[in-house]
Order: sequence, then C-alpha cells, then structure tokens
Amino acid sequence: MDYSQFLAMKQEIGLLVVFLLVFLYDLFAPRYAVAGSDKKAVKGISTITVVLFALYTVYGFFCTVGDAQLVFGGMYSTTPVVATIKNILNVGVLIVLIQSMQWNASEPQIMRRAEFYELMLITLFGMYLMISARHFLLFVIGLEAASLPLAAMVAFDKNKYESHEAAVKYILTALFSSAIFMLGLSFVYGLTGTLYFDKIAEASVEGSGMLIVAMAFVMAGIGFKLSLVPFHLWTADVYQGAPTSVTSYLSVISKGATAFAFMVVMVQVFGQFYSAAWEWMLYGLIILTITVGNLFAIRQRNMKRFLAFSSVSQAGYIMLGVIGANDMSLAAMMFYILVYIFSNLAAFGVIQSIENKTGLVGMDSYRGLSKTNPRLAFAMMLAMFSLAGIPPFAGFFSKFFIFTGALNVGTTAMYVLVLIALINTIVSLYYYLLVVKAMYISDEECEIATFKSKCSERLALVITVGGIILLGIVSVVYNSLLVLTENPV
Amino acid sequence: MEATLPLLILVLPLLMFLFLGLFGKYLSHKWSGIIGTLGMGVTMVIAYYTAYTYFFSGDFVDAAGNRLQYVVFDQQWLSLWGDLSINLGFLLDPISALMLVVVTTISFMVHLYSNGYMRDHHGVYETGFQRFYAFLSLFSFSMLGLVVATNIFQMYIFWELVGASSYLLIGFYYTKPSAVSASKKAFIVTRFADLGFLIGILVLSYCTETFNFMSMTSSSVGEGLYHVDVTSAEGVKTMIESRAGQMFLGGSIMTWALVLIFMGGMGKSAMMPLHIWLPDAMEGPTPVSALIHAATMVVAGVYLVARLFPLFMVNELAGGAALDIVTVVGALTAAYAAIVACTQVDIKRVLAFSTISQIAFMMVSLGVSRGDVGENLGYMASMFHLFTHAMFKALLFLGAGALIHAVSSNDYTAMHGLRKHMPITHITFLIGCLAIAGIIPFSGFFSKDEILASCFGNSMVAYVWMSLVAGLTAFYMFRLYYLIFWWKEHKVHEGHHAPKDQPWTMTLPLIILGVVAIFCGLVPFSEMVTWNGHPHHAHINWTVASVSLAVSIVAIGIATLMYRKENSLPAKMRSLFPRLWQGAHHRFYFDELYMFITHKIIFNSICKPIAWFDRHIIDGTMDAFAAITNKASYAIRGLQSGNAQSYVWVYLLGALVLGGGTVAIIFLFF
Repeated sequence: MDYSQFLAMKQEIGLLVVFLLVFLYDLFAPRYAVAGSDKKAVKGISTITVVLFALYTVYGFFCTVGDAQLVFGGMYSTTPVVATIKNILNVGVLIVLIQSMQWNASEPQIMRRAEFYELMLITLFGMYLMISARHFLLFVIGLEAASLPLAAMVAFDKNKYESHEAAVKYILTALFSSAIFMLGLSFVYGLTGTLYFDKIAEASVEGSGMLIVAMAFVMAGIGFKLSLVPFHLWTADVYQGAPTSVTSYLSVISKGATAFAFMVVMVQVFGQFYSAAWEWMLYGLIILTITVGNLFAIRQRNMKRFLAFSSVSQAGYIMLGVIGANDMSLAAMMFYILVYIFSNLAAFGVIQSIENKTGLVGMDSYRGLSKTNPRLAFAMMLAMFSLAGIPPFAGFFSKFFIFTGALNVGTTAMYVLVLIALINTIVSLYYYLLVVKAMYISDEECEIATFKSKCSERLALVITVGGIILLGIVSVVYNSLLVLTENPV
Repeated sequence: MEATLPLLILVLPLLMFLFLGLFGKYLSHKWSGIIGTLGMGVTMVIAYYTAYTYFFSGDFVDAAGNRLQYVVFDQQWLSLWGDLSINLGFLLDPISALMLVVVTTISFMVHLYSNGYMRDHHGVYETGFQRFYAFLSLFSFSMLGLVVATNIFQMYIFWELVGASSYLLIGFYYTKPSAVSASKKAFIVTRFADLGFLIGILVLSYCTETFNFMSMTSSSVGEGLYHVDVTSAEGVKTMIESRAGQMFLGGSIMTWALVLIFMGGMGKSAMMPLHIWLPDAMEGPTPVSALIHAATMVVAGVYLVARLFPLFMVNELAGGAALDIVTVVGALTAAYAAIVACTQVDIKRVLAFSTISQIAFMMVSLGVSRGDVGENLGYMASMFHLFTHAMFKALLFLGAGALIHAVSSNDYTAMHGLRKHMPITHITFLIGCLAIAGIIPFSGFFSKDEILASCFGNSMVAYVWMSLVAGLTAFYMFRLYYLIFWWKEHKVHEGHHAPKDQPWTMTLPLIILGVVAIFCGLVPFSEMVTWNGHPHHAHINWTVASVSLAVSIVAIGIATLMYRKENSLPAKMRSLFPRLWQGAHHRFYFDELYMFITHKIIFNSICKPIAWFDRHIIDGTMDAFAAITNKASYAIRGLQSGNAQSYVWVYLLGALVLGGGTVAIIFLFF
C-alpha cells in the first residue's frame, strides 16, 4: 500500500490530531473539585478545544490549494471545492464550540464537557468522510459516524426528561433511516455489482424501475439527516429536547454537511441516468419541504421548535442548489450554507445565552426584549432578517443567488419551482417577523431582566452578526466560490 | 500613484461617521467636535496631496500635453449579466481632482466652524452635537464618493447617499415641524428628479452598453490611463452604430437619455422648476447650508453634466438638442432666481436664491460650450465658476451664520447697522459680495468673465441675458449687504447685549475663505481643467470684462442709492412694479402651483385609485394568502403527533410513495 495516499487527507488528519490532543488532555490533565459537588472536572478543556480548533480552522484554509486527488482505489476524493466545503463547516463548528462554552461551564455539564467536545469532533470527522466518499461503504461509515454520536449528544442533558425523549426518537428514526438506506444500497449493488460511485453511474441499467426505488430509498436515508419532508418528523421533538448547543449543531453543521454529500451522490451516481427521475423526485420533496416547514413554523411558540421548522424549510431552499446542478448553483449552495450557518447560529446564540441565564425558551418570554437587552434583541433581529432574506443582509443575497442558479436551468418547471419558493418566503417573512415584533413592538414588561452576557457568548454573537452584515456587502466571498466551482467536484 | 492614499480620502470620513455615530454618545461634545474636525483636516491634506500629484507630477500628462484620466482602482462590486457589471472605483481626472479640493476644503471649514456655531451664547453645546458631526462626515464621504465615481452607477449610488445625508442634516432640528417638512420636501423633490436620472442611466447604458465613464468617452492609453476622446471611445462608437439614432417623441434616444440624466442634475442643482426644495432647505443649521446647499451637493448636477460632457458634445454634433436644453433651463433659472432674490427678507433665502442663480450660470456656461468656440471655453469657465463660487458662497453662508448666531434671527430687519459690532464678519462678507458681484480683482470676476465670454462667443442673446442677470446679482447682493451692515442701528444692539464677532472657530474659517475668495481667481484654470484635457491659454476678454464690470458697478451704485440709508426709494420702486414685486416676493407662486398639482390633481386622479387598488386588491391577496396559510397549517397539525411510531410510519410511507410513485408515473406516462 502506498502510504503517501494519506497525504491527500490533510484535513481529516488535522481534525484527528485535534481530537487526539483533546482526548489525551482529557485523560491526563489535572482535575479540580467542582464547588458544591464531590465530582471533579478537567481544567481549561473548553479553551484548549476552542483554541486548537481555531488553529485547525486556519490550517484548513491552506488545504484549499492543489489538484483534485482520488486515492485509496478511488474511494476517497478531495478537490479544492471539497476542501472549501469542509472549511465552511469548520467555521460553523468553531462558532458552535464558542457558543457552547458557557453551557459547558455549568453544573453538571462541567464534569463531562470533554466528552461533549470529543463526540462533536467525531461526528465532524464522519461528515468529512461523507463529503469525500466516492464509494458507498465509506459513505455509510461516514454517515453512521456522523449520526450515532449525535444521539449521545442529544441525550447530554442527562437529568432532563425531554433530552431522553429526543434521543430515543432520534436514534429510532436514525436507525430506521439507515435500514432503508442500506436496503436501497443493496438494490443498487444487486443491479450494478459495484458500490463505486462512478462505476454505478457507468453500469446503470437504462429504464430499470428497481433502480428508481433504490434511488428513492437512498434519498430517504439522506433526507432524514436533511429533515426533508416527509422524513422530517423527528426534527421538532429532537431540536426542542436536545441541549441548545446540540440543536444548533444539528441544524447547521449536520444539515450543511449532508446537503453537500447529498449533492455529490445525486449528481455523480444518479445524475448520469434518469436525471429526470431524481430531479422530479427532488422537485416534489422541495415543494413539500419548504411549504410544510413553513406551515408548521407559523404555529410554534417555542423558539427552538420554531427554529426547527424554520430549518426544515431552509433545507428546502438549500436543495434548490442541488436541483440546479450547475456550477453556479453549487457556488450558490455553498454560499447559502455559509450564510445560513451565520444567521442560524446568531439566532441560536441569542437563545442560548438567554436560556443559560433564565431557562426561558418561549417566544412569549421574548416580548419587549429590546428594552431589557437591546443588543441581544438586535442580534436576533438581524438573524431573523437574514433568515427571511431581507436586503442588505447576507440572507437576501444567498437566496438571490440560489434562485438565480435554479433559474439558470431555464425550464418552465424551474420557474414554477422558484415561484413557489418565492411565495413561501412571504410566509416565512411572517413568522420571522413575529419574533421581531415580540421583541420590539410589544410594550409588555419583559420577563427577561437585563443581564450581561458572558464573554464567549458575546464573541460568538459578534462573529455571527459580523458575518451576516459583511457577507451581504463583501462580494469577494461569493465571487471566489464561483471561481472555485468552475472546476467542479 | 499608490491606491492606498487616495482610498483614505473615502475611508476616513466613513470611519469618522461610523465612529461618531456609534460611539459618539460616549464622547464629550467637545471631543467629538475635535475628532470630527481633525479627521476632516487629515482628509483635506490627503486630498490636496492627491490633487497636487495629479496636476503637477507630470505622470498624468501624455506626450501632447493632454491631461489624462487615471483610474486609481476599480473593483467589481456586482456582476450583472454578460460583460455588464457595476464597479466601485476611484477616478482621478481634472474635474474630480478639482472637486476633491473643493469638497474637502469647504467640509473642513464647516467642521471647524460648527464647533462654534452649534453652541448657544453661553457656550453650551446643542443636543445631538455628535450626531451632527457624524452626519457631516457621512455627507463628506458620500460627496467624495460621488465625485470620484468611475461609472455612472457608482455615481448614482453616492448621489442618493448624498441626498439621504442632506435629508438628515436639513432635518437636524427634528423637533421643529418646518425643518421636518423641509427635509421631506428636499428628499421627495430630488428623489423625483432622480427617477429621471435612473431612467436616463438605463437608456444611456442601453445605448453605450456600459456604465463605465472611461469606456463611454475615453480610449485607453496605458495602465489605468485614459484619454478623453469621443472619436475613438467604444461607448460612443457603440452608441452611434446601434440604437442611439432611433427617434422617440421628437428626439433621438441619445438626446432623451442625456435629457433624463440632466433631469437628475436639475433636481440636485435646484434648476427651475425643480428648485423649490432649496430655499426651504435653509431650515437646516447654517454650516450645513454652506456645505451642502451652497458649495458642494448642489453643484453635483453641474458636475454630472460636466462628467458626461463628451456625450453631450457628440449629441450636439449629431444635431441633438440636449445642450440647448441645458442652456435654456440654466438661463431661465438664473434670471428667475436673481429676481426673487431681490425681494426676500430672510438672509439665508436670499443666499439660497443667489446660489440657484449662480449654479444656473454654470449650467448656461456648459450649455453654450461648443467644440468650435475657443476650445470649449464654457466647460472650463463652468468648472472655474464652480470652484470660485464654492469658496465665496461658503464664505457668505458662514458669514450669514455668524450674523444669525449673533442676533438669533434670520431676517435682515433684525440686523441693520452691524458693521461696527462685527468688523471681521463685515469685511469678509463684503469680500464675498464683491466676489460674487464680479468686481476685479476678486475671484468671481475672473470666472464670471469666462462664462460671459463663452456666451458672447456662442450667442448674443445668451450673452446679453446673462450680463443682465450678472447685474441683478450685484444689485441684490449689495442690497443684502447694506441692509445688514448699514442702515440705521437697532436700539437693542446697545449695551452688553450688543452682537459681536463670534469665537475664533467661527471667524478663522471666515478669514481663510475671505483670503481664498480674493485670490482663487488667479489659478490658471484653463491650463488645468478642460473637457478633453488639452490645455489652452485663456486670456481675459477685455470687451466682455469691461462691459460686465460696468454693469456690476452700476448695479452696486443703484443698490447704494436705495439701501445705504433708510429712504423712500425702495417703496417707490415697489409701487412702480407692484405685480412684479408681489410675484417675486412669493417666488412666483411655484410652491402654490406644486401644491395645486400634487394635492388636487395627482392625489385625486392617481393616488386615490392606487390607494383603492392597494387596499382591496393587494391587501386582499395578502389576506387571502394569510388565511389559506393559516387554514392549511391548522389542517395538517396532526402530522406532528409526537408519537415516534407514527413518525416511522410516515417515513416509510414517504419512501415507498416516492419510489413507487415515480416508477408508476414513468412507466404509465412515458
């Protein structure tokens, strides 16, 4: 075996190093007694993880240069685009890590926070494999590595009933979706005799109905992680029950990574034959996802549940980039996910710092927030504006580009799809503005007293709000993505 | 030239705006004033250096001695389709370098001056002092961005920013209803004009297939260097070859494009009939009037025409009427504003009308500028007058501000006889009056002489007309001067309440601008600013000069007779032309006319049907949307049961329907 092939996995190796360092530190680092408890906690693990991961994120940007490489017998592939996708995820994970510091410093989380970080890094590793996989076995390993530890993370609030319920629902649905996915794969293997992406594409039997069923099962399996309707039902309960850090991780990182992997699978494996079939299937799923997500979102009074449904409909918009299947829509999708990371994490950042302080997550508690905590309210407002796509914030441009990418296909069906998506943005505007209205227009006394948020929480909010504003103004980011995608995956 | 230094000219005011706007409330009033002023001072020095390098380093002149356009940088900002994109950049050419100097100089003077002006007599700062400085910086940033624009869309963006900051500053005293309505009026009127501007931009870019000034009017002669040359410029070629010649409602498309763009310029430069906002804009603080409504923003329209002047030239050669329209509008406005200025009581309004009239001079000068007459003397004269006018009009406004600050009233009836109390203000104001009246050797003489000479060379009618207006200018300025500084003194001005010269922050700018207003006519403009960069040696046309000098002196003489001491002559004159006086006093009923048109005609025939449409059709659609959404949302709420078994059921069903359904559809229908 040629060990130099490992050199292609620069980012994976980097991530592994970070993981191992955190793990070793957790094993050997000094511990101190937590006040008011007989348990002991590791010192400074949060800071070390964040710093290490920040360094690694910076390192990741040096991996974007170089040629496309296909190694390990064609199982693993990396290109500048793939590296960039991983970097986008890194940025999101870094923000999630910073946001979770405060929660991780709380009792009883402080005793087991190291495990939390380790689990998170492992899932990220799984997502990397999913994105880079060019063979379904590696893909499944990645998928499972990204799914199973997440169940443990969802259950991290050991003492909370909702957290358990969420974890059980999550793992049940995850296993079920894996089963369906594998069933689809076995069909594929049976029909084509291979699990390599390119070979499946070559060997595909023209006009086989079986393969379409297999494709639908694969789609369902990945659709679970993306929470496409009708595979989304777990989302609301899990998002609500899971600790907020995990929810934000689920809603942006897990979703973003899967979206890229989904695109690769669809375009590379099924794109060659029956491209019409998968496009129409996805077409229906997108309409359902955006609409149903919106329809449920307007009923929610719990912020986390509300953002769960909002993220369902956002996933529908992301899928517009997949269905466009051209260079521009790939760039638009990368940009969309980047913007979505910033916007959604800004919202979760606010929710989290309020929850850490007061334990309140109901939308009604946010009434009059602008008077007691104007800065948090402002950050939340920008996040909502960006999610709804109001110019000049980044969300407007990301929606604009992804619509343009879809319209570039030029078929009537695409115009109809974009029209439906546009109508749905009006609906979404309603519920996003409900939050803003509660915070700014309601003149009731706010339940949430004025408080000073913690340094780490602020840092994360500054980063995300800065991203929301800057990504809207600085055209360089999108342009460089566009240049990058001219050399496709 | 390095790009960083010129870039600072834009970045510094923007940073000042952000800093003072965001953190101003943590600063003391005093320090925010000092910081704002220093920031502007540094910007001014950099702008001077940039202009100096441009004009005198010799790097931007070609072998034939022509001054070239230099693109310091040009960054693509928004890519539209095809080759069409919108850039943000920084263009240095004779007129943008000139404007950099003008804008930063006046802005700095105003920043300095406001330190004194925005306080009451006890030295207590006005509320919102930091906000005032933040807005001043925002304005400076926008105006500088406008003048260095490399393309017409960038210009449009900053054009609107300038309008917005003007709105903010006119409405600075937002608790005063008149200031609020004045700011709204200014915004709406200029915005209406900008509608024409935008359509003009679109039509023009449709003709030339570019937004970029350089590709419209110039040809490249090296790295970042362009030579204004209408015969080989690509935009002009495209325009002539393509659609520009098509006729539409009696004018070629190109003429329409230029006239519509000029409409935008008419709005900002307060040309008749879109001038109505400028007199009301005097509700803003006086330094603002000096900066925005006298020296910089209001000449943006002139600058716009000058920027596109090569296209106007092409249009003229093709038989289009765009330049003639500029001339006629300018000439009518000049006379109108000068007549009205003779009858106003509020000294700021007199100055406002005088500004309108003087800008109209610049427009006329551009309008009569033709290729065959004295190498486009008019273009150079217009820019020259823009420069000198900015200096002496800012001086006059700042002087007026000092007077208003001293007596707490805008009307000359409250002033009278102030020459002994406020000697510095008196002398500098007199310098301003002499300059605007065109008395040798003050600066206004030189620039006005060039304008009249170019009129003289082009059309006798324009020349006689503009000479008479020049005479009126001298008359109303000296009327104002005598009514303020001479005539009989008020009793209230005795004792310790007597008005006196203001603190140094206010008098220093007056003195500096006074000196500048005397000497800036000596700048060899014709060698520095010409439409195609080709320098020529202008000389004073003594025929024209002596006639205009004579006219001015006679006018000043009449003003002296009538207003130096209280006498019955003004009343007699008034009764001699009662109608004319009444009309002029009411600004020829333009405001009433607009009121009638908007309230009676537009509101009833357009707004009401639109309101009905909005309330019933648009709102109805939206309500229906909301109702359907709500119903649907209610109907499907059961899907989310919270029951994990049913989730899995739906999941499985979904997968089966997705696969089975697609197979079925494909095999049944294809």
